[in-house]
Amino acid sequence: MANIAPQLYALLVFMVIGSIVAIETRNLLSAVISVSAVGFALSVAFLFLGAPDIAITQLVVEVLVLIILIRGTILLDNTAVDTHRDTLAVVTSLIFFGLILGFGAMIFGSRGFPEFGQPVMRVSKVYVQTGLPATYAANIVTAVILDFRAYDTLGEATVLFTSILGALALLRREGKVSREEVVAA
Amino acid sequence: MTVYFLCVVLLTMGLYCLVAKKNIVKKVLGIVIMDYAVNLYLIIIGYKTGGVAPIIEADMPLSTLERFVDPLPQALVLTSIVIGLGVMSLMVAMCIRLYEKHGTFDMSVISKLRG
Repeated sequence: MANIAPQLYALLVFMVIGSIVAIETRNLLSAVISVSAVGFALSVAFLFLGAPDIAITQLVVEVLVLIILIRGTILLDNTAVDTHRDTLAVVTSLIFFGLILGFGAMIFGSRGFPEFGQPVMRVSKVYVQTGLPATYAANIVTAVILDFRAYDTLGEATVLFTSILGALALLRREGKVSREEVVAA
Repeated sequence: MTVYFLCVVLLTMGLYCLVAKKNIVKKVLGIVIMDYAVNLYLIIIGYKTGGVAPIIEADMPLSTLERFVDPLPQALVLTSIVIGLGVMSLMVAMCIRLYEKHGTFDMSVISKLRG
């Protein structure tokens, strides 16, 4: 396998440019489509990084995100908002940028943050070695999701179910009709 | 290291979009961009140079196990992506409801109407 760094840099720069377009454009539909372009580039990046399962999931999720966001924007007419430049927000973002970089360098710099391409595989070594004999799953990612860390997946299903319930409750057209009204009608 | 730096740049741009923009759909897009940045960062941490996907095939030499990329962040990011979809759909539902009630996506107009 060749060095993948050039492809990864190209995809990351594309993602940054797509995000800038999505943030700064006035038209909401263009912004939504730019964010989806960023998501598809992310899917290709996952493919380069040796994560085909994540790439497939990201592709499917990205299509759904595009559909949901377009549903949220395209049917509504008054979507343009005249913005003015907010210096406080820029300063806040820059402060957080510096804080993230500074704390990252402080915490991981001295203890040896893993260089790109040399992961710390202290826990995963066990999963890779015992994945097939313990779970009979050829795909180690599947073995981790559905066997070693199945309770995490249960929690994920709970969160997903709750959020979909919330969305349905918010988008419901009419409230509950009481029994008397039904009888009267 | 430059790869990590670009991920942080992406995260900060999502944060800027979340804080600075008045349009609530733009705020949702900022959260989605931050989601992407964090997921990509976690996968990049688990990458091994010359690594292959952690899938065991028939009559594969045992030495290939050493070349597998880290499967643990991949499993957790798979969870995180799907949760991101659910949370985003909830946020879009809130946006549609706010638009039906106030007739605009402008945050400053919506927050003025109290009670």
